[in-house]
Amino acid sequence: MVTPPLLRIEHASKRFPGVQALSDVGLELRHGEVLALVGENGAGKSTLMKLLTGIHEMDEGQIYLEGRPVTIDSPRTAQELGISVIHQEFNLMADLTVAQNIYIGREPRGGGFLLRERELNRRARRLFERLGITMDVRQEVGRLSVAKQQMVEIAKALSHDARVLIMDEPTAALNDAEVTALFRLIEGFRTDTTGVIYISHRMEELQRISDRVTVLRDGCYVDTRPTADTGTQEIISLMVGRTLAGQTHSEPRSVNRTEPVLQVEGLSTKALLRYITFDLYQGEILGFAGLMGAGRTELARALVGADPVDGGAVRVHGNQVKVRSPAEAARHGIGHLSEDRKRYGVLLEQDVITNILLPSLPHYSTRGVVRDKAGRARTQQLVRQLDIKTPSLRQPVKNLSGGNQQKIVIAKWLAKDCDIFIFDEPTRGIDVGAREEIYQLLNDLAAQGKSIIMISSELEEVLRMSHRIVVMCAGHITGVLDGTEADQELVMERATRFSA
Amino acid sequence: MVETETRSQQRSLPSAPGRINLRAQLHQGLAFASLVILFLFFSLASEDFMEWTNVSSILLSTAVIGILALGTTFVIITAGIDLSTGTGMTLCAVMTGIFLTNMQLPLVVGVAGGILTGALLGLVNGVNVAVLNIPPFIATLAMMLIAQGLALVISGTQPIYFTDVDGFINIALGELVPGLPNAALVLFGMALIGALVLAKTLLGRYAFAIGSNEEATSISGIQVRKWKILIYTLAGVFTGVAGVILAARLNSAQPSLGIGYELQAIAAVVIGGTTLSGGRGSIVGTMIGALLMSVLTTGLRIMSIPQEWQTVVIGIVILIAVYADNLRRRRAS
Repeated sequence: MVTPPLLRIEHASKRFPGVQALSDVGLELRHGEVLALVGENGAGKSTLMKLLTGIHEMDEGQIYLEGRPVTIDSPRTAQELGISVIHQEFNLMADLTVAQNIYIGREPRGGGFLLRERELNRRARRLFERLGITMDVRQEVGRLSVAKQQMVEIAKALSHDARVLIMDEPTAALNDAEVTALFRLIEGFRTDTTGVIYISHRMEELQRISDRVTVLRDGCYVDTRPTADTGTQEIISLMVGRTLAGQTHSEPRSVNRTEPVLQVEGLSTKALLRYITFDLYQGEILGFAGLMGAGRTELARALVGADPVDGGAVRVHGNQVKVRSPAEAARHGIGHLSEDRKRYGVLLEQDVITNILLPSLPHYSTRGVVRDKAGRARTQQLVRQLDIKTPSLRQPVKNLSGGNQQKIVIAKWLAKDCDIFIFDEPTRGIDVGAREEIYQLLNDLAAQGKSIIMISSELEEVLRMSHRIVVMCAGHITGVLDGTEADQELVMERATRFSA
Repeated sequence: MVETETRSQQRSLPSAPGRINLRAQLHQGLAFASLVILFLFFSLASEDFMEWTNVSSILLSTAVIGILALGTTFVIITAGIDLSTGTGMTLCAVMTGIFLTNMQLPLVVGVAGGILTGALLGLVNGVNVAVLNIPPFIATLAMMLIAQGLALVISGTQPIYFTDVDGFINIALGELVPGLPNAALVLFGMALIGALVLAKTLLGRYAFAIGSNEEATSISGIQVRKWKILIYTLAGVFTGVAGVILAARLNSAQPSLGIGYELQAIAAVVIGGTTLSGGRGSIVGTMIGALLMSVLTTGLRIMSIPQEWQTVVIGIVILIAVYADNLRRRRAS
């Protein structure tokens, strides 16, 4: 007798107004395996996952758990069936504590309806001990860093005694060390009775963690293959349905370092940064590497005046400036692309033209009245220049893919005539195809003489793109490496200089 | 370094749900300090202020707004709003009058009927918000008008007097504890219940969760609709109690009274450090907010400052309270 697979989906279809999100998709998760689920944005991975977790119900199709047909009509049902999910966008209650978040809906109670907070905290502490993660369970989640919030999400999912664990881009916010820790957790979770569906854009991770890989494209099933026998390039061509040209490597890494565009000297903040000093030259891509908490994002925020600066000097084109707000930064030609694009980058509900012209609107208006024509022309030009894929300028930005949203943020600063770009995690949440485009765009910007600070947690990306690499650790700069001579070990050695 | 960070963050955890930590909650905002300072100031400015009769009259006048504010706190923590508490309270008072005078029902039954009227109003609000997805502002604005109209219709626009109902007036003005009007006792009792429910029960916990991130709460398997309905209904119960207290204090149900009370209740909640965007708030804060407003009005009256100016001062206090709270929060993060 053949034992049925742990989880099986047959002929799943789901339609949203105007979009066939999934059509006739099948998937099989075996006991004890990690199944990678890949596909470009819009391929249907998230929809499929939402069907499994009861957020949406499928129009057609059937889900079998251990061979038994099941109907998953609410998140609660999914939980009860032992299907747990770690969402790409955190689903945490910022004002509740870590413990309260993890056990929401399953609060220990005594004497009828009174909550037993101490027991709650005890359980949470035990859970984190088991997972080998240090965490203050009474901390409010909203006060945790992104990576720590990710850990809470994971702990929450694992606390459900799940049989099927679904992870949607779990490493998007993690650095390499944390990814390794996460993989240890996954290995610990994987037993004869459990299985993991692992959604990711990072190809090298799939090779490390998954047994088989299922590829979706445009809402349809493409293929499932053993990961070990399938090369990264092969997976990518299955995803995009064509063969991608070999990775375009960074332009020749020579920059004429005569005129520094941005000079930072002794920049410090109360919270973290200590005497940060570096120069950025015209046409340079300056990579910033470091572990979580090294202070790279904090540096970006301090440079554009989003957070207060305690001391130090900043010169733009040789003139000393005091940047007290992002508006002032933009006036000095500094554009900031936040790591949290949806929160700080774009107005999701607004259309393309509104987003792109937002910072430069005064330039396109006369006495407070907007001159539509001029703005529209400039927007159109930028949309063409950056190859932003949108049906029209009036399309709400939320309907565009992550890559195109990122381009809109770039266009926004180009419209404002910025010549210094600070990219914080430029490819976070962006799929493989669009990723190459973003890289190309960064190279183009640099070639046009724009100067770029690129902060990234993906070491490969930093090594590939940067002319020089600044390594940070615990609020200090611990090394400035030349792009041609830097390698992973060298960067990691600098990045862990102070760590205990 | 990591350790000090954690510690300082813990210290700034005033309104995290799940604890009735007095010291931590008093830390919330400068409301409490202002309350003490105001109290001292008025005591120095006027000898009469510290008189027990005056203190007890402050408590008496806080009772109605305070009870409304307690219920409103729950709703605001879910990132909702309740504009129907003022006229809703009036409708409850009128219904209590109908039950006790027209229908001659026993005192307990009539009072219970008044409170249930409030619960019913809250239930309807909850269904409108949670099931019909009407924004809380609109749903409760509509209810405010409906309750106002119904109170006038049912009473025939005439006040209903409770002179023939034995013992009714004692609900507010009797003194189970000598020197302390029962209305104040009810206020403190309701506050205690409110604090317990907010900190120690599922309803309180889910109110915070919904206010923090409604979608995440729903995805976590919580029946958000059910809990929202319950939370609005609970607010309605507070409205009902306030209606009974108001009627007992005036020994009559005044159908044209009540409008504007809801805004004072919201003001008390906000002064107490509960944020309109949801997820944060406390009962202790609301009590301080309500007391602060009464102390201010009473104090200004004793100093013979005209009533017109009293409302101006309260408006300014709201601005200061919320701004101070912003400052504190910014420093904390």
